[in-house]
Amino acid sequence: MSASGFTPSAGVPHMDIDPFSIEFFEDPHPAHEVLREAGPVVWFDKWKVYGVARHAEVHAVLNDPLTFCSSRGVGLSDFAKEKAWRPQSIILEADPPEHARTRAVLSRVLSPTVMKQLRGSFVAAAESRVEALLAKGSFDAIADLAEAYPLSVFPDALGLKPEGRENLLPYASLVFNSFGPPNRLRQDAIERSAPHQAYVAEQCQRENLAPGGFGACIHARADAGDITAAEAPLLVRSLLSAGLDTTVNGIGAAVYCLARFPDQWARLRSDPTLARNAFEEAVRFESPVQTFFRTTTRDVEISGSRIGEGEKILMFLAAANRDPRRWDRPDEYDVTRKTSGHVGYGSGIHMCVGQLVARLEGEAVLSALAKRVSTIEITGPATRRFNNTLRGLESLPVSIKAA
Amino acid sequence: MPTIIFNRPDNRSERVDASAGDSVMQVATTHGVDEIVAECGGNAMCATCHVYVDERWIARLAPMSEEEDELLHGVAAERLPNSRLSCQIKITPELDGLVVRLPDRQI
Repeated sequence: MSASGFTPSAGVPHMDIDPFSIEFFEDPHPAHEVLREAGPVVWFDKWKVYGVARHAEVHAVLNDPLTFCSSRGVGLSDFAKEKAWRPQSIILEADPPEHARTRAVLSRVLSPTVMKQLRGSFVAAAESRVEALLAKGSFDAIADLAEAYPLSVFPDALGLKPEGRENLLPYASLVFNSFGPPNRLRQDAIERSAPHQAYVAEQCQRENLAPGGFGACIHARADAGDITAAEAPLLVRSLLSAGLDTTVNGIGAAVYCLARFPDQWARLRSDPTLARNAFEEAVRFESPVQTFFRTTTRDVEISGSRIGEGEKILMFLAAANRDPRRWDRPDEYDVTRKTSGHVGYGSGIHMCVGQLVARLEGEAVLSALAKRVSTIEITGPATRRFNNTLRGLESLPVSIKAA
Repeated sequence: MPTIIFNRPDNRSERVDASAGDSVMQVATTHGVDEIVAECGGNAMCATCHVYVDERWIARLAPMSEEEDELLHGVAAERLPNSRLSCQIKITPELDGLVVRLPDRQI
């Protein structure tokens, strides 16, 4: 709810769009353009929140964490007024200076050096997955590739037990639905959440995490004194919340792009070293994570609009990633684009700490496809999966042929 | 306006006018110096904006943070004593004429 009594500051355009409706999720791009062109800051009548949809303003909000805080929740719910639905995250929902300590732990566990060690096994798993799909010929690119591949590498890298992994995607979907308003998607997810929450709480404990995995490495930082023993399970939980569904939707987005834009697929096939950039461009183009909120800690002015203390601001990462003020031909998927500066992983101190894992997975899959597959044909209707924060498909029937 | 000199792996050299306050990474990416990838956009997370700073300049830069030092362990090309992440080098008027060599790969 708005701290200023349900009305925005003078001059801020009112939007009667609900950015969390199924209608909006069906095709968000025309609405994103309306939001971007309405002004640098807009106001949503339905949810009584401010919004920013241009690249410059989204980037500015992301990079001023003391003014635009995360500790009051990065969803619509304001933790200063409402109890969080689960124990608050000690990294995602934390501010400086406390945030730096927990962030440093995950940065180290998911560092470029660690990625070098994982690269071989992640690439091999992608290659064998693509071989198996070539043998099949026709399959669902979401279930059989975008989900199956991350599920085949990430839980093992984390050190999870084989039992109960079917809870991982429902839990992640719950977390990302929970950032939205109290709509049907959020309410249904929370009502069904008990078994998934119980599973995750259990797997975060030290005794359930295999030696050498990300989870065990986090617990080892507690031995080193960087975090407390009670904090370690909560940081493992962050990886379980944000480490899987995001890459599922990223890989799904990339395959969907390459299947829809044959010229870009041809370009990638002619130079498979473009795989990593083709994935990155898909993250810009589709923005698997569409939005996040911040809360103002003081009265502040954004591009001429005054915003009071205690206001929620909705950042449209996806709209910023197609802002014509920042990007040439923003609505074109271009595997050779210079993508640096997109906000698909956020920006600033909270920028996705697992971004290197995501890129490694995406590169491995697209590189294996580019080397072994000649054509990707969509053979049935692509159906959408709806979530308050994530954008992706439920199903994408395709058939592929060997190169 | 400070000038930064980028020496490419094939020995071609590029002189670029820079604005004080920008990072060397920003200067490179806005002037088509493609050897700088900068996947994370300057947030000191990805180690894909690696440069070798000319020996005559290295001591004149602000010292690196612990985070930068750790990230440099993960760079794709060989790490040398003069390795730095260009997103962590802020341009000041004193850095006019700074020379950096670009590695042959970032990933």
